[in-house]
Amino acid sequence: MAHDHKLEIFRGLVKFKSNVSKIWGVLIFLTLVTTVEVILGIIRPAALVETSFLGMHLLNWIFIILTLVKAYYIAWDFMHLRDEKTALRRTIVWTPIFLVCYLIFILLFEATYIFEVFKDGFVKWNF
Amino acid sequence: MDTTVTTGEEQNVWGGGNEPLGASYGKMMMWFFIVSDALTFSGFLCAYGFSRFKFIETWPIADEVFTHVPFFHGNYPMIYVAFMTFILIMSSVTMVLAVDAGHKMQKNKVIWYMFLTIIGGAIFVGSQAWEWNTFIKGDHGALETKGGRILQFVDAKSGEHVAIADFSKVIAGEREQHERKNGIWFMQEGSLPTYTVNEVVEGFKANPNILIRVENKDEKGHKIVLSREESLKKIADASQVVEGANLIHNEYGSRLFADFFFFITGFHGFHVFSGVVINIIIFFNVILGTYEKRRSYEMVEKVGLYWHFVDLVWVFVFTFFYLV
Repeated sequence: MAHDHKLEIFRGLVKFKSNVSKIWGVLIFLTLVTTVEVILGIIRPAALVETSFLGMHLLNWIFIILTLVKAYYIAWDFMHLRDEKTALRRTIVWTPIFLVCYLIFILLFEATYIFEVFKDGFVKWNF
Repeated sequence: MDTTVTTGEEQNVWGGGNEPLGASYGKMMMWFFIVSDALTFSGFLCAYGFSRFKFIETWPIADEVFTHVPFFHGNYPMIYVAFMTFILIMSSVTMVLAVDAGHKMQKNKVIWYMFLTIIGGAIFVGSQAWEWNTFIKGDHGALETKGGRILQFVDAKSGEHVAIADFSKVIAGEREQHERKNGIWFMQEGSLPTYTVNEVVEGFKANPNILIRVENKDEKGHKIVLSREESLKKIADASQVVEGANLIHNEYGSRLFADFFFFITGFHGFHVFSGVVINIIIFFNVILGTYEKRRSYEMVEKVGLYWHFVDLVWVFVFTFFYLV
């Protein structure tokens, strides 16, 4: 069970000698990602802010992807999902992902529609 | 026809005590709770996204809202939140080290790591309280129009924010707060802002190098600054002075921003708080040797799961409130 830990991260690229050193390794990685996020958040490079991809500018996509990367390592290494059985892991991970993707899709489409009604429709709200 | 084969093992499958997912009852329940709680938080964050996309042209810019660091004056966007994030990740690390020490049955190590985790959680909750306090107080003040839009003031040359306290004229005269005792018992008003609308408007007219900044953004995502003539025209719409943020008024822009900020970070802070309380309970159990007698520190692992989950949620709140 939880007594035998899988000690390699990055798909086997880095292999730690003990569970404790793996924890510190993951901490260093998470800190690094957060630092990159904060630096990008303060500088806001014009090239990334001004290019838009799928309705959002590139910088926001970078933030969201980095967040998912962090979430992966917290769940896999701190919450020991890496050591759990595949069936349990998939149940825990894919159920929320499926439902949340659906919710995001519905709500953001609806919000964009309402935005356009406010903008182009005969609704006066900014007076 | 291997269905006819009966072995001792197969009887065991239906005999109870089987763990097909390799997790004990308590751990499974903790995971169920975490999945459902994750869906609750996702619901909140998606609702936030909904409101944001609805008012995408006027949404406040987080970098301009959260710019304070305790004990330091000046403009430091993001620094303090980054510190809070680091504290929470750090306390997650000490928690996972406590779990690891628990597996090895090292009682004293578990005690120390649990203790550090609790300290980290307390620092985080304290920081959040400070952040709320700063947000509620506000820093520059603004005017609100009849339609509920926010007008902020900037310096014409530098484009920097100008606080209403810096240019408002003091006009003699008294404006009394309407309290319950003065009129009908069910009617009252909140605390009065430092300046009246008239004082701000007069001060604005007397200072030609101050311009109005509206909520709308241009194509590059910067808030639009009106020219002096437009500003003078716009200020006639002002109906009240707003200082700081609450659930009804928000000097930084859209009031929904403040509502979601209070609601989501409040709900998350409540989770951190209950996590600290649960950690303290387990901490004392460890000291008393409850798990030593049980020969299993699985309870530490279960609260650890909850604690990491709180950290996980913060990673998302951090992104969607402060970064994106």
